[in-house]
Amino acid sequence: MLQRRHILGLEEMTPEEIQFVLDTADSMKEILSRPIKKVPALRGRTVCTLFYEPSTRTRSSFELAAKILSADTISITPSTSSVVKGESFRDTLLTLQAMGTDLFVIRHQCSGAPLFASKIVSVPVINAGDGMHEHPTQGLLDLLTLRAVKGRLSGLKVTIVGDIAHSRVARSNIWGFTKMGASVRLVGPPTLIPLGLEATGAKVYDRLEPALEGADVVYVLRIQRERMESGLLPSLREYTRLYGITPERLAKLTPADVVVMHPGPMNRGVEISPEVADAGYCVVTEQVANGVALRMALLYLLLGGADGGKE
Amino acid sequence: MAHEARAMDENEIRRAVTRIAHEIIEKNKGVERLALIGIRTRGVPLAERLAKLIGQFEGCVVPVGALDISMYRDDLHTRQPVVGTTEIPFDVNDMRIVLVDEVFYTGRTIRAAMDAVMDLGRPAVIQLAVLVDRGHRELPIRPDYVGKNLPTARSEEVVVRLKELDGEDAVIIRKPNRV
Repeated sequence: MLQRRHILGLEEMTPEEIQFVLDTADSMKEILSRPIKKVPALRGRTVCTLFYEPSTRTRSSFELAAKILSADTISITPSTSSVVKGESFRDTLLTLQAMGTDLFVIRHQCSGAPLFASKIVSVPVINAGDGMHEHPTQGLLDLLTLRAVKGRLSGLKVTIVGDIAHSRVARSNIWGFTKMGASVRLVGPPTLIPLGLEATGAKVYDRLEPALEGADVVYVLRIQRERMESGLLPSLREYTRLYGITPERLAKLTPADVVVMHPGPMNRGVEISPEVADAGYCVVTEQVANGVALRMALLYLLLGGADGGKE
Repeated sequence: MAHEARAMDENEIRRAVTRIAHEIIEKNKGVERLALIGIRTRGVPLAERLAKLIGQFEGCVVPVGALDISMYRDDLHTRQPVVGTTEIPFDVNDMRIVLVDEVFYTGRTIRAAMDAVMDLGRPAVIQLAVLVDRGHRELPIRPDYVGKNLPTARSEEVVVRLKELDGEDAVIIRKPNRV
């Protein structure tokens, strides 16, 4: 059973809850395989996506998930809303709640914004990525994808490569993978690895080769160009040379059934070589497809129950 | 402890299922385009038993599917949702579908199941087989095949136990304690 009304991060979820969400998502996959992808489960409910940062896959994935379950959706983009007139985050939330929103999906550049929202509104809130904190639905869909490909999660060796410091995806995945019994290694340029990560149970490396050795899963993070401008990286070429994931490195250091994951959008030729991105062992499209099923499961679980998720 | 009474034992259930299997063949004039769909949870083993018997009687293989109706319920607001998986390994278009459930009560489950099947395609016919009809229907839906009519009070609970899931075959009526 899901013990909470909001999905704010994987840090506070129990392995049993994560398992339950993944099992529910597996059932949702069957609906996605039908010729007519529509079930009436959430008829008459309204899901509001409130995104203060740009997004293609997360937002469209949530909206598609809501529509397949027959919920109505409203999507608010601050640049075309009253936010530009100076309306506060709090007032925006209360306005949308007064219109009858039954669940909020929130992405915000500030860590903790969804937590703040969950204290303002009386309906469930799902964090769709907040600052450098967490991106729990990405973490859950990665677990769902990996469980389907490998048949298990516990005992897997996962190596997360790239900008750990600024990545909310990395944070959710460190929690998710370790809670489900996988061991996690982190590797990237020392300027992009924060201190104190060992407390999560993950091992930290600064050279790629020892971190890749024997890995069952290589999770590649996107390198953001802004990092270079702020002086944390000398050049993208140097990053590619030292940390880029190439077929040669995988062949030399990882088992034949290695799986490569990436949260997207990919910078081909930077953190991941085009050959790896298009290879059969790279499950990026499976991740995207599973994202819809996973988000259907969360919407259904949070809006069901005795009180429809309301306080 | 609530008071319990046994309404059907293993042999009675076996005979009822066997009779229903014959009735399905008779009413459908054979097994052409026939398929059974069990409603999760206990409709599924019953559908499998019926399919096996019909297969033996007619020398054929009858396709069986499993239907989860969580997404079609009209009482999402009152239940903790647990979702199972729908597995229909055949195309329902133009098939003669027999839905199978263990207890027929208000008819709401069957309403939801019919909606769920219609979303998968357009069957030629949908029929309904149940092990127990306990009365109190709330919708204009009636089963085509009934193992046993069991008059009950609304306060009573009818529990079907099946070997595949519960280790024994039995139908039990639970009466609430007198206050």
